[in-house]
This record gives sequence, C-alpha cells and structure tokens, in this order.
Amino acid sequence: MKLETINNNIETIVKEKQALLQILLAVQDASPENYVSEDSVNEIAYSLNVSRSRVYSTASFYSAISLKPRGRHIIRVCINAPCENAGKQEILAVLEDQLGIILGQTTSDRQFTLEGVSCLGACYASPAIKIDNTLYGDVTPESVITILQEYRKEAEDVDCSAS
Amino acid sequence: MMKLVHFELNGQIVEVNQGLSIMDAARQHGVKIPSLCHHPDQRVKANCRVCVVEVEGQRNLVSSCSTPVTEGMKVRTNSPRIRETVQTILELIFANHPQECLTCVRNGNCELRHLAADYGIREVKGEMTCANAPLDISTPSLVRNPNKCIKCGRCAEVCHHVQQTGILYSHYRSVDVSVEPEYGKSLAEVACVLCGQCASVCPVGAIHERDDIKKVWAALDDPEKHVVVQVAPAVRVSIAEEFGSAPGTIATGKLVAALRKLGFDRVFDTDFSADVTIMEEGHELLHRIKTGGVLPMITSCSPGWIKYIEHNFPDQLPHLSTAKSPQQMFGALAKTYYAKRAGIQAENMYVVSIMPCTAKKFECQRPEMKDSGFQDVDAVLTTRELGRILKQAGVDFSVLSEEEFDAPMGISTGAAAIFGATGGVMEAALRTVYEVVTGKELPNIEFTPVRGMEGIKEAEIDLSGTKVKVAAAHGLGNAKQVMELIKAGQADYTFVEIMACPGGCIGGGGQPYGTTNAVRKQRIEKCNGWAKDVRNFLHYVFNYSKL
Repeated sequence: MKLETINNNIETIVKEKQALLQILLAVQDASPENYVSEDSVNEIAYSLNVSRSRVYSTASFYSAISLKPRGRHIIRVCINAPCENAGKQEILAVLEDQLGIILGQTTSDRQFTLEGVSCLGACYASPAIKIDNTLYGDVTPESVITILQEYRKEAEDVDCSAS
Repeated sequence: MMKLVHFELNGQIVEVNQGLSIMDAARQHGVKIPSLCHHPDQRVKANCRVCVVEVEGQRNLVSSCSTPVTEGMKVRTNSPRIRETVQTILELIFANHPQECLTCVRNGNCELRHLAADYGIREVKGEMTCANAPLDISTPSLVRNPNKCIKCGRCAEVCHHVQQTGILYSHYRSVDVSVEPEYGKSLAEVACVLCGQCASVCPVGAIHERDDIKKVWAALDDPEKHVVVQVAPAVRVSIAEEFGSAPGTIATGKLVAALRKLGFDRVFDTDFSADVTIMEEGHELLHRIKTGGVLPMITSCSPGWIKYIEHNFPDQLPHLSTAKSPQQMFGALAKTYYAKRAGIQAENMYVVSIMPCTAKKFECQRPEMKDSGFQDVDAVLTTRELGRILKQAGVDFSVLSEEEFDAPMGISTGAAAIFGATGGVMEAALRTVYEVVTGKELPNIEFTPVRGMEGIKEAEIDLSGTKVKVAAAHGLGNAKQVMELIKAGQADYTFVEIMACPGGCIGGGGQPYGTTNAVRKQRIEKCNGWAKDVRNFLHYVFNYSKL
C-alpha cells in the first residue's frame, strides 16, 4: 500500500501511538486482499515513529488482523456451542463444499476466505455466519448457497465492468 | 522528605518509604521474594507471576513487583497457598524449558536454575512441551535460542526503552508468544546493532554472546602462531566479578598474569591504541575546527553506535570521526608495526581482543578492517568468555600475583584508562586539543546534565578565547535524542561522544551478568578514582605526541 494512503488513514484517525490498532484495521480494510502487508507494517512504523517490531506485535496479537493475504470477502462461521447445536456442522460442510476449501483457507480465485470465530453476538439467530460486515442469521444449507451466489454474481459484475 | 508507611510483613509491623513495591519493601526487611521478569532498571512487567504474595482482603494472590505497599496493608510472602502456586508456576515454566542445564552457556549463572534450586524443585509434573526451533546464528555477535526463552520480556524492554533500537518484542499470543524480531526474522536481517544489552539482562540462555573460546584455543594450541592479546580498559574493572569479587574491583595486574597463564605470547593493552585514538581524534577535531569541517565531530569508538548511525542516521555519517576504534587500531598496528619489530610474518600472527562488548565481534570482521592485508583482529572474547576460558584452564584468579603488560604495545600513558566510562574518550581527546592550542593543562571539565535528558551531559570549555561546547551521551536511546538535535541543526556542539551502552563500555553487553545501573555506578567510580591519577599523565600524552 502506498505511504500516502496510509498517511491519509492515520490522519483520519488519531496520530497517536495508542491508535495503532485502529490504524491497522483501517489499513486492512483498505487493502483489496484484506490484510496488512509487510510494506504496510514498515510504513505504519515509520509514520508513527515506533519500531516495526511493535507494529508487528500488535498486528500478530489480534485475530481481527491478518498478516497474510486473504480473499476479497471474509466468511466468518461461528464455531461456538449455540451455533454448533443449531446445525453449524452442516452449514460449514456446505460452505467448504461450495468453495472447495476448508476452514482457514482462501479460494484460489482469491474471492473468499473461510474463518471460524468464537462468537458473532447473534446467538438468538443461530446458526449464524458473517460475510464482511453483514450478518446472516438462522442460515440453512439452502440459504447459504443462495447467499454465496449473490456474492459470486457481484464479483462477476465487478470483473465484467472492469474489463 | 519521603513519606513513610507501615505495613505488616509476615506478622511483623515494618516501616518503609511510600511508593515502594511489596517486593522491594520486603527485600529491605530481609525477605527475598522470588522474581524472574523483574529487573531493577526496568519498568514493571508482572508477567512471570513467580513473585505472588497474599494481601489480606484480596481474594487473589497479587504480584509483589507491581503492587505498592500501602499504610496498614497485611502481606504474607510465605504460606501453603503461595508455595503451591509458585511451585506450579515454576513447574509450568520448566515444562516449557529444555532440560539442558548441564550443557547450557548459562550453567552456573542462570536465574531460572537458581530459582529452581532455592525453591527446592525436585520433579517436573506434567508433559514436557519444549519447542525445537532453529537457533539464530546469523550474526558474529549474538546467538538467540528461542527454545530457552521464558518470555519474561526483559530483552524487549531494554531493546525498546533503553536502547530504543526496537528489534526484539513480544509477538503472537497465548502459547504461541515469541520474543523476536518481526516476521521471525534473524538478527542479521533487521537493524540490530549487536550491543548485546538483551543478552546482558536475559535471565536464562535464550540470547547470549557467540562463544569464540574454541577459536582462541585453536590459535593458542598452534605452535606456528604468534598469539597476542589486547585487553580493553573496561575489562579490568569487571573481570574480578567473574571470580566473586565486588563490582568495580580493579584487577589489571592479575588479569595480565591470568592471560599469560593461558599461553598468549604477548599480553598487550588496548590503552596503547586508545592513546593513538586520542591523538587521532584530538588532531582531527582541531583540523575540523580550523578548516571549517563538519561539526560536531562525533566519536567512533563504539561499534554498536557505528552500526546504529549507519542504520538510523545514514545521512549524518560525515559527523563521525574518521579514526577507527582502539581495538582496530591495535589490530592493524600489531600486524604491521609490531610484527615488523618482532620479525614475525603478519600471516603467522593471531590477534585476540578481550572486550566488554558483543558488537566488537562484528566490528573485527567488517570487510574494511584489513589494513595489514589480513583480518587485523582475529577473535574477540567478551569479559564473560574470558571468565569461562580462565575457569576452563584452571586459572585461580584469587591467588595470582600482579604482573605488567609486555612492551611495546603494553605501554600506555594511562590517559586511555578513562575510556571505559561515559565521557572518557571525549575528555581525553579534549585534553589533547587544549594542550595543543593553549600549551597548558586543561582544568577539570565541569559537566552538567542536559535539561530533561538523563544520560546526556554537556560542558563548555574556553579554547584560547573560542568557546567550545561538548556533549557526551551513553545508551542509544540518549544517542537518538542527540542525533535528532544534530539532524535538525539545533545542536551547537563542537564535539560529541556517543557510547552505545548505558554507562559506556563499563556497562557493555559483554560484561559479567548482573550489570545493573547500580553496578555500572560502582565501576564508573573506580574508573574515576583512577582517572584522577591518570590526569597527571595527560601532560605527558601531549609531549609524547610531539616525539
């Protein structure tokens, strides 16, 4: 990511060392690959006048931040007890089958990354999954396929207009 | 006046200064609470948990290093609950720590092992889950063994807050925590300056100097080799600590005798080449003042500092004196001047340095340090390694009688003796300049601390009407502040001394374990006491330079 972009991000938050986590999240959100690259770690360290090691420390501590490239969309599947009891296994099996990957992996077209999370705060609507910032509650094996198709269609539209 | 508070320590009412932690307060009253992550010169970390105590009214045990004593507090440091807890914590640490104590470089001075002994640990319950990660042997100075790391964070603290080099830090979390450079890089891949302060504070064998003892034995055992040794000024105030003496014990004569017993053909003194450095730097300074050269001129003796400026302020390199360090001047002179005088081929010579410094191991193998046509200095042993090689050879330091350095490279004016403490190099060089310019002896320099910058001191001297402002900084965190001023054009100094390690070389990363700031002060006091006698010799330095 360009230094300019990072600096803009920093200015829009607070130029304080305490804002490191917010900066990392902002940089990750702005990254098409949904992660914080090594170049970005170095640029953030330079901009904040802290060591690269400190930036990496914070980035590696929080599971919300990825230091490896991920897909354009992050699919988070709740793996905690309420969702487990409500049929998470089935949902996960469909997702893995549809995407051709297992939990923790990214599709070869770099569109989707499948992650397990401990709770989405949506136990009232278990089983629940979250794609990027959108929560999908009471999902069924059928509805998951429909949801995925929407994201795929959107991706194709973007690709068509781009070419 | 410090306010006093009273608290109950194991049933007895005791009085201590307000603001002390339970740990420090207890120690003042004869109760030594175990500790691992705690270090007297560092901020509180409270992550190892072995210092837990009971405080009445608190449900959980509290860490005594991070809890201040308050009026009327009731503390227990020894109870079945505490003993069981500390034992469990220690066992958990041991379950994660390779049981290689017999072959460990820290055998004999490992804080974890001492704790195990003091606490009477006789078995480790549970499964051993030691990592088997490769060692970082990427640099000639330091070896990092991640498997022995207990994640106390002392190295990260000294690296980030004292030296501010920002290399080692804690990454990931829970069982995956590792203390290392970012992305698991090796020390050679990042801007590590190899000062070794991390090794100096590590309680175990997770990071230590590269051991070059075998290399030195090989040279000593080779009948074809003429092996000479040089000893840095800061080693003579610290080597006796390796044999149980109090910090700051001066042991120059015994040190010479001990080195002779090891079999060195000549025992020489780095003070010899430090005198040369004084001459070089003094005259270079004078030349720069007269000809409008780059000022301030900054000293170049400390290899950690040189590596630091190369990484962090590469555009400021013209400020450095062009003089190389006393170690390297010695090496070059030994393999040229001395070799010729003694009728020895330089290729048959082997030069060993005894240094308080891990960065010197890096310096000696820099590609430009080959003025004799060969590597000028072949091997560097730190003070700690010298302690080990002497023990290996069975040299009983305590009963040795004092001996003198060999001529000619053991002769020195003594001026260089003050090189070991912060400000010493600058003072010695300034005295030369002063005598050259005024023909008189420099009166005592009155240093004052720079406001708001502990660890930086400055002085002004009158050089025949020209006011010359000088400064000395020790520890790279302080050096950074001075460099930022210089870079911004806000420093009106003519001459600046920078030493990478806190306290100067006497506080180097290769000095005996237990080098705390209190120990540094004791060593500096001895150096200064010495310096008083030494100043009488300085007049001689000037005359000597004219010969």
